[in-house]
Amino acid sequence: MELSVENLSCTRGGVPILEGVNFTLSQGHVLMLRGPNGSGKTTLLRTLAGLQPPLHGTISVSPEAIAYGAHADGLKATLSVSENLTFWAKIYGQGDITPALEGFNLTSLVDRPAQSLSAGQKRRLGLARLLVTGRPIWLLDEPTVSLDVASVSLFADAVRAHVAGGGAALIATHIDLGLEAETFDIGPFRADPNGAGATHSAFDEAFS
Amino acid sequence: MIALMIRDIRLSVRAGGGFGLGLAFFLIVTVLVPFGVGPESAILARIAPGILWVGALLACLLSLDRIFQLDFEDGTLDLLATAPVPMEGAVVVKAFAHWLSTGLPLTLAAPVFATLLSLESPGHYWVFLTLLIGTPALSMIGAFGAALTVGLKRGGLLLSLLVLPLYIPTLIFGAEAATRGVAGLANTTPLLMLAGITAGSVALLPFAASAAIRINLR
Repeated sequence: MELSVENLSCTRGGVPILEGVNFTLSQGHVLMLRGPNGSGKTTLLRTLAGLQPPLHGTISVSPEAIAYGAHADGLKATLSVSENLTFWAKIYGQGDITPALEGFNLTSLVDRPAQSLSAGQKRRLGLARLLVTGRPIWLLDEPTVSLDVASVSLFADAVRAHVAGGGAALIATHIDLGLEAETFDIGPFRADPNGAGATHSAFDEAFS
Repeated sequence: MIALMIRDIRLSVRAGGGFGLGLAFFLIVTVLVPFGVGPESAILARIAPGILWVGALLACLLSLDRIFQLDFEDGTLDLLATAPVPMEGAVVVKAFAHWLSTGLPLTLAAPVFATLLSLESPGHYWVFLTLLIGTPALSMIGAFGAALTVGLKRGGLLLSLLVLPLYIPTLIFGAEAATRGVAGLANTTPLLMLAGITAGSVALLPFAASAAIRINLR
């Protein structure tokens, strides 16, 4: 399963913000997505995940193969850790949540309601969801926010195991995870909203 | 799909889930009307079907913004949209869960509350039957309105303004069928119209609602 992106242009709120993005993420590899705040990392990930259509370009993999980990964890405050995770496991047709709980050291917290978890514990639960999706390509948006050093290494282990099992991961992050990974900087692909970008994107009267 | 429904119902009955909200509002309306209108049972019995329908409709309106708004705010909707569940199916399931936690309790409570409005025996039956047929349409139309306003912070006002006109046909035929039933007149036509509205909205609105959600997620 190889994710390759050709000449991709993404928009946010109708304004093109990324243009001509090309990269390839092959099986067993991790790609670190870098770029300053507001450079379009989240927009690129949301486009790849199928949440918004690209303006131009092709994405080789259908969103069916992609597990998207957003800024928000999608946890329900009044459900317990195991109820939250079991829900996602059932949605993705997976049976067992134990490996995911163990992978992120949540076993002792299974019966806690999500509202009484700390920010880092919530994040770990949000990341454990990736393990129950059973999907080969992970797209992660700032996965290490509010994680401590030990949890970051748990996460890095999970990514390593996933990649070793034939998966791939595209991770937008600002910190060094200690993973063997290539870096992809999206800075050069930034579209100029009222300059060169307008010439080879479709004419849009609302923004002309 | 079933997991989504179980989750939604579980959330609605847990603390802050709003399960009792509609029912309590419905009770308040039916208790207050005799104070406002006066205790004459003939008048109360005559207006009872209409009051019960209006009360049920407004009670239903109260909890509409919960259908998608909370899931949108905590990111669940993004994750659901990328999950192997068709958005149309998720809309139907969430509307059905809303009906189970709001419309069905209202329907079951209506015959009891009708006693407070001096509604006599066959009347209970008609109020129950028309609400049973009509409340699924209220949940489905409401889910569509909630889908349209899901990206707006505190979109409750817009949601009510959008949904109320769409509720009017359901209200007219539901209340008419109940009133005619209570008066012992033929009410097959409004009953069939009511059933038609429910069937039509359940068949068509999931597509419109899921399109609205996809646009709001962009």
